[in-house]
Amino acid sequence: MTAVYEPRYEPWDETRGAEIIAEHAQQEGATLVILHALQEAFGYVPEAAVPMVAQALNLSRAEVHGVFTFYHDFRHKPAGRHVLKLCRAEACQAAGGDALAARAEAKLGVSLGGTTADDRVTLEPIYCLGLCATAPSAMLDGRLIGRLDQKRLDALVAEAQR
Amino acid sequence: MSIRLFVSRDAGAVAVGADEVALALEQAAAKRGVAVEIVRTGSRGMYWLEPLVEVATPQGRIAFGPVTEADVPSLLDALASNTPHLLRLGATDEIPWLKRQTRLTFARCGVIDPRSLDDYRAHGGYKGLEHALSLGSDAILNEVTASGLRGRGGAGFPTGIKWKTVAQAKADRKFIVCNADEGDSGTFADRMIMEGDPFLVIEGMTIAGITVGATKGYIYIRSEYPHAVEAMNAAIAAAKRGGYLGDKIGGSTYGFDLEVRVGAGAYVCGEETSLLESLEGRRGLVRAKPPLPAHHGLFGKPTVINNVLSFAAIPFILAEGAKAYADFGMGRSRGTMPIQLAGNIRHGGLFETAFGVTLGELVDDVGGGTFTGRPVRAVQVGGPLGAYFPRALFDTPFDYEAFAARDGLIGHGGIVVFDDSVDMRRQARFAMEFCAIESCGKCTPCRIGSTRGVETIEKIINGERVSENLALVEDLCNTMKFGSLCALGGFTPYPVLSALKHFREDFVPAPTTLQAAE
Repeated sequence: MTAVYEPRYEPWDETRGAEIIAEHAQQEGATLVILHALQEAFGYVPEAAVPMVAQALNLSRAEVHGVFTFYHDFRHKPAGRHVLKLCRAEACQAAGGDALAARAEAKLGVSLGGTTADDRVTLEPIYCLGLCATAPSAMLDGRLIGRLDQKRLDALVAEAQR
Repeated sequence: MSIRLFVSRDAGAVAVGADEVALALEQAAAKRGVAVEIVRTGSRGMYWLEPLVEVATPQGRIAFGPVTEADVPSLLDALASNTPHLLRLGATDEIPWLKRQTRLTFARCGVIDPRSLDDYRAHGGYKGLEHALSLGSDAILNEVTASGLRGRGGAGFPTGIKWKTVAQAKADRKFIVCNADEGDSGTFADRMIMEGDPFLVIEGMTIAGITVGATKGYIYIRSEYPHAVEAMNAAIAAAKRGGYLGDKIGGSTYGFDLEVRVGAGAYVCGEETSLLESLEGRRGLVRAKPPLPAHHGLFGKPTVINNVLSFAAIPFILAEGAKAYADFGMGRSRGTMPIQLAGNIRHGGLFETAFGVTLGELVDDVGGGTFTGRPVRAVQVGGPLGAYFPRALFDTPFDYEAFAARDGLIGHGGIVVFDDSVDMRRQARFAMEFCAIESCGKCTPCRIGSTRGVETIEKIINGERVSENLALVEDLCNTMKFGSLCALGGFTPYPVLSALKHFREDFVPAPTTLQAAE
């Protein structure tokens, strides 16, 4: 049942963007719902979508931009082909997460938060996946991995680089 | 005859291979021509035994764990011939770690199929709602108040009082909001219950709705929990089909509907007013209180906002009565607390027990010490805003007031264990750094103080004017503690000051080192 998580996103398209926005605009407090839906479709929230969201919700562009920038999840440009998130919170620190994060950085040649030059892998910190009893943990494109050790990490990095 | 197997679909089990084991079981059984039914349950909470495989027998369930794909053929052999197996743990209910717990909230977690409303009902589900419908608002409030239930999110505010305030408020609309933004490291009880027994949360929220006169509820789940989002959405759909959400719930005159909303990676949104702002579609800026959410909450309407575990405790209280719940616990901490053992720990997982158990019992006895085998040096209780406790304080009983008396907090019940390789300067620095990353920016002590805190602790780490900078950090902590708008800035001093107080030797260079330099 090992699902292959290969994220596939649509290229930005204004008509498609407008459809997505219209689909959710009637909900109360829809801003985050719409931003999530846009990112799910396109892999990021295109700059051009911000004024469209603002207009649909009768908000200013500044307000939508403010919401967009407040939350860590939303991207202003596409991530690498694979996203490897390493939990950097206390439970994973206690279980050796610091050394694993340094190892991943060295192997990929990027710091946490960065994307490799070939755009294959984005390495990100995440603050708690709730897998604290099987720490340290990671997430590769939505797939969860617990009891991370050097061997498992190396395999994950290799998988992400493919 | 078909063999009935149980494998968890809990994210914590999936992260260590439960999906692969379930698939291998299915394939290997098919190859042998053995009929198997694999039920994907929640987790029992014994994470060091995951992936746990249970098999139904006339004498109850027998457990095997931790099972890998490679173990599957021998496991099926053992089941077919009824012979011993290395991973056989015996009857699940007799495993001492489970047996010594008092599972009121987590009674069904790991037992039932979380996607099946029928399974939920077959295991006592919706009895609380049935009783609540026969009682009416005032009597429900009496029960909840008499149970002594306090908010399980961390603040410990009496749930009955909160509900009563909303019930008495006059408004055209009221809301029930479930705080499932479980961001504290070392906690996973909300995630487990949403994945393992989601109807319980729905039932608790529905009871809250009929009590205070709200017809709409929201569950705000953090985006880091995709499995929980999926489980809650599936359960909500099933409850609607079964007549437990929507108009005339359970055949009554009450209507109640639920919707899941997903957060976007902001820790501060676990603070209730920030969460409400986020639900309304805005930046998660903390609101000043008063007005309380009970008067002026979601969209300005009276709102009950409680943690997942608070709602999850409600059905038991209504089904079995307030006294049955309040009989457990100590002092003003009544009932049970789902405690989460995490970090560098041998037997990590979910341990629900009555308040009053000591920290030492939990860490050494239940948790079995560290998995690295090194001595336990520090435990952080209550998430990133909780204090670090040394062994000397391991006699502290798990109780809101007892922890407060020792400058700590139980928070959401997470315990993160560190061995003797921990550098408490780095942990103190991380507490400030985390606050700086996650501060909503509304109030100055939190926004600026956390950054200054990181800088000052860094100076201490680098050996710059250590005693002066230590005094500065303590002063800064006081400013943050008393001057911040919410618990993020206000409680970040707990881990910092406790590290300074109990692990001073990490901050001040040992005199011997100085002598050696002569």
